[in-house]
Amino acid sequence: MKNRITELFQHAKKPVLSVFYTAGFPNLNDTGTIATALEAAGADLIEIGIPFSDPVADGPTIQASNKQALDNGMTVELLLKQVAAIRNQVTLPIILMGYVNPVMQYGFERFFTDAANAGVDGLILPDLPLDEYETYRELTTALNLSISFLISPTTSEARIRKIDASSSGFIYAVSASSTTGAKAEFSAEQSEYFAKLKALELKNPFLIGFGVSNYKTYTQVCAHAAGAIVGSSFVKMLSQTKDFDADIKTFITSLTTPK
Amino acid sequence: MKYQVDERGYYGNFGGAYIPEMLYPNVEELRSQYLQIIAQPEFQTEFNELLRAYVGRPTPLYHATRLSEKYNAAIYLKREDLCHTGAHKINNTIGQIILAKRLGKQKIIAETGAGQHGVATATVCALMGMECIVYMGKLDMERQRPNVERMRILGAQVIAAVSGNMTLKDATNEAMRHWINHPTDTHYIIGSVVGPHPYPHMVALFQSVISEEIKKQLQQAIGQPNPDYVIACVGGGSNAAGAFYHYLNEVHVNLVGVEAAGKGVDSGESAATTALGKPGVLHGSKTLLMQTTDGQVIEPYSISAGLDYPGIGPLHSHLFETGRVQFLNATDEEAMQAGIELARTEGIIPAIESAHALAALSKLELTAEDVVVVNLSGRGDKDLETYIRWGKY
Repeated sequence: MKNRITELFQHAKKPVLSVFYTAGFPNLNDTGTIATALEAAGADLIEIGIPFSDPVADGPTIQASNKQALDNGMTVELLLKQVAAIRNQVTLPIILMGYVNPVMQYGFERFFTDAANAGVDGLILPDLPLDEYETYRELTTALNLSISFLISPTTSEARIRKIDASSSGFIYAVSASSTTGAKAEFSAEQSEYFAKLKALELKNPFLIGFGVSNYKTYTQVCAHAAGAIVGSSFVKMLSQTKDFDADIKTFITSLTTPK
Repeated sequence: MKYQVDERGYYGNFGGAYIPEMLYPNVEELRSQYLQIIAQPEFQTEFNELLRAYVGRPTPLYHATRLSEKYNAAIYLKREDLCHTGAHKINNTIGQIILAKRLGKQKIIAETGAGQHGVATATVCALMGMECIVYMGKLDMERQRPNVERMRILGAQVIAAVSGNMTLKDATNEAMRHWINHPTDTHYIIGSVVGPHPYPHMVALFQSVISEEIKKQLQQAIGQPNPDYVIACVGGGSNAAGAFYHYLNEVHVNLVGVEAAGKGVDSGESAATTALGKPGVLHGSKTLLMQTTDGQVIEPYSISAGLDYPGIGPLHSHLFETGRVQFLNATDEEAMQAGIELARTEGIIPAIESAHALAALSKLELTAEDVVVVNLSGRGDKDLETYIRWGKY
């Protein structure tokens, strides 16, 4: 069987929209409800965050969602059960994204195996060092899991090439040297960076995230990348909504179509 | 070399650099240059001269005769409490600020728990005319008001960390976030032997002056450089790393690390990481960490804000795992009593952190022939309110 993420990029006729949210937020069992609503609303990729007590790369919005999810009782074990249930209802590729410690405690091999069995297609572990990952590459390849690493505007070209070689599925390009959080628009300098990335003609397609929050930022990144990742602004909306289906639909539409 | 960091940044099974890519260039810039810069003669001259003329080094190695009598051993106190700003922390901030200057950085950030590292950082920033931002947990700011004001008097901006339990761990998270957002002009002065490689090694190097001096001073005092015991408290473990450093390969020297047991190791309110922790990743390195089975970090507790950290430096995890260092712990009560005891027998009020090290004296089976060095890492001025609240004196 082909990896759903690889398939998605191979056949994509428009920019790919990947949506991030924290598992178990706002309520413990909302993880599945949100996934179903995202598929109905037209998202292309679902990125589910594994909550952690100390999310150092995240801004206030996602920090708060992590804390609430943990207070709600979210665990890696429960999340994998939820994903298995989601897999029965959703055909979109599913990515789990999380800090390395909860995965390490669950056990790397066990986590990769159980995630693949639950129907997960890809992983993003931002603080997993490249050389540590090499230890598990054989296993993740056998399990047909894609692994996406991050790059930032301060990442050197040599290192981008190295990360491209280690990554599969896609590369997660961070729009700025920053923690996660919404921005109104990107600067000319950032657009230049996006264009430069495109010119590198990497092996993997790249998605741009951090700061994508509206139609303007969405189109700015899609002009150069294979698509966009939206996180903080979506999580913020989730913290306020009373009607997942309607508000998720509105959110996705307003992001991808001009007013 | 068994206890030295390897080229990948590991001490045995612990260490490394578990950082998001946004921090990679910052850390890599430091990693690729720190050894070379520190080895430069001009660096060494500036560092040593500031330690001498500004910090007040060498700090005395004091033969505490009344305390020695009490414990029936020859007890020496390494007087880091006499350093400028009141603790060993400044050895490291002096080293790192010179390094930061040589890396062309204009701004400094730091985290602080009790405020000692924050004050030491604010001090060297004032000395070098550099901009300084210190992150401090909101709760710690309330517990340690005088240190907050000391930092402000020195010209630093103190920013309250309002995430998590609003203590040292959260202040460290906020400092790391700040560094992610300011990658080019800012150097992050980490205050302990924690964080991604090369921090644990670099901070240990700057603190190693402590054991370098002890060796020379003991040679003068007793005719040989090695004691039977070196005792130091361990929060993150910077003063212990400095006091142990030049003794790591001297296998006949017993090295003792003392952690904070808080209200008791099994009380649920403790910071005794080696007793309660498992290998995990926090703040960029793999180390022993107090955490749930699901990998969520447990909030530590100690009466001493400087020991209130859920992990220890990767060097210490390695020293624990290999058995090179014996780890003990002391409760709040034991530490406070040991603090008062030192005040009454020697006329020295120790920092509550250092009082934990003193509390180990009664736990070791010492003999009259034993030579014991206790690293008195800081003075108790900052803890006056805690002593007063505790009240039993």
